[in-house]
Amino acid sequence: MTIYLPIAELSVNALLIIGLGGMVGVISGLFGVGGGFLLTPLLILIGIPPAVAVSTQAPQIVASSFSGVLAHWKRRAVDVKMGFVLLGAGIVGSFIGVEIFSYLRELGQVEFFVTLCYVVFLGLVGGLMAFESVSALKRRRNGGLVTSNAAKRRRWIHKLPWKVRFKQSKLYISVIPPILIGFSIGILGAIMGVGGGFIMLPALIYLLGMPTNVVVGTSLFQIVFVMMFTTILHAVENRTVDAVLALLLLLGGVVGAQFGAVLGARLRGEQLRLLLAALVLTVCLVLAFDLIATPSELYSISRIEAG
Amino acid sequence: MNALSKRWRVSWASAALCLWACLSAGLSHAQGADGPMTPFGPAGIPLEERILTGSAQDQVAITATFSGSELFVYGAIARNRFLAVGENSPEIIIVVRGPSSPIMVRKKDRIGGLWMNNEAVRIAAAPSYYAVASTKPLPEILEELDDFTYRISIDRAVLIAGVPFSAENPANFREALIRLKRQSGLYRNTPFGVTLKGGTLYQARFRMPANIIEGDYQVRVFLVRDGRVRDQARIELPVRKEGVERVLYAAAQETPFLYGLLTLLTALFCGWGASELFRLLRR
Repeated sequence: MTIYLPIAELSVNALLIIGLGGMVGVISGLFGVGGGFLLTPLLILIGIPPAVAVSTQAPQIVASSFSGVLAHWKRRAVDVKMGFVLLGAGIVGSFIGVEIFSYLRELGQVEFFVTLCYVVFLGLVGGLMAFESVSALKRRRNGGLVTSNAAKRRRWIHKLPWKVRFKQSKLYISVIPPILIGFSIGILGAIMGVGGGFIMLPALIYLLGMPTNVVVGTSLFQIVFVMMFTTILHAVENRTVDAVLALLLLLGGVVGAQFGAVLGARLRGEQLRLLLAALVLTVCLVLAFDLIATPSELYSISRIEAG
Repeated sequence: MNALSKRWRVSWASAALCLWACLSAGLSHAQGADGPMTPFGPAGIPLEERILTGSAQDQVAITATFSGSELFVYGAIARNRFLAVGENSPEIIIVVRGPSSPIMVRKKDRIGGLWMNNEAVRIAAAPSYYAVASTKPLPEILEELDDFTYRISIDRAVLIAGVPFSAENPANFREALIRLKRQSGLYRNTPFGVTLKGGTLYQARFRMPANIIEGDYQVRVFLVRDGRVRDQARIELPVRKEGVERVLYAAAQETPFLYGLLTLLTALFCGWGASELFRLLRR
């Protein structure tokens, strides 16, 4: 069953796209991340133009994260104040990110830059997660004391000015780090076509020291709004949001996410994190290989829009 | 429904053509165009030939389920007299071209160990789709000069001129463009793709892949003798997105904000709907 995508201007197998969306949905429900970091490279792999893949990712993330936010909201597991700080900074970041994206598109470096971003961030986050979960599993096996030097690492943050109280997170810290986190994730989201959950979660936990129970809800809250904004910006600025592609993806995605959530409840935290780390590192390695290995075709073509 | 009626029209047209072809082949045989009997003298009247053309479709619609299309081009050669002994049939070349646009061709280089786009050449105009079919391979039937004048072969259709190049060897970039377009089925060259029956009736089929873009396509038919173009005919073939595709594309271009907003609302609704649905199912 083929379907013609009006913006990407090519026809794809609808079932393949729904399947991809579903698969990534399962992963996103399982790990509580948007899954953009997997879906965007996969879409590019099956021939969707990178610009379309990145911007169509945004509404897909909105859909799969929205149900999550609703669930967390009902459980009051969203730090609204922190969410808005992250959101405000995120929107500014997203705005700049879309501008950078347009500029890169003109230069013809979108593909390279997006891939490079992926390799760097997936490598960093995947490596960190693998390290953390392996040591957590080891500690559990040894039955030793859980010692964390996270607090020591966080000391410099407490020296920053403009302290604000975040009641739900039980934090009294400077607003500068949350603003910086929200801002950089806004930029990355627009450029890489990801929600940024896989970067935001570790950042909120390890850098800010937010309690785990509000982290996921707050991060989803921020992601949904930033991605809504990114969708509109990409639609207006680049005209690269493909509604048909988005619909197919999220049909599979929202269903997959629900299955993933059920599946996730049956696995232990550290195992889950180790699995996710392995997945992230695999994607990272595959993309890194693309950058390093000699490509079979050196040339590429792109249409120059009239005007 | 639309596709079905189109298929009917195509098969209807080809049936009519077959009948026509049989009749005329029979006629020409009976009157001995190839044989010794020639009712009209060859010498007196100089041969004049005109080319007539038609296509089974007057437009191509890109609908949601579009998976490529086949274009059927047919026609006939009109003459002021029958061909005499020793006079060969002319050669026919048919060119289908899609809308042209400037194209950037980029070449990757290894920079600091990583492969990234480096040199770029702007091709002034390259057709989005280009198909050439002929009764014989082009070099055998067409002179360079006429190929150049009428811009017939793919090499003549892709224009590189008019821009300063930063690249060392811009010709390579043009070749790369043609190679890539060929690989995606957008540029095609089929020598022997045109069949000429009884020296008067011709037909050709063109495959238009699913990744064609919309715009005004043009079918040009050339009648060639002794390497020179003697007559040409053309028909316009609009390729348009239709139905949902049309609406969405127009919305994305003309009212991008509303389009983005509607896409968002759909996304929100689906996300909410799925979670509600699963909550109901789990009960």
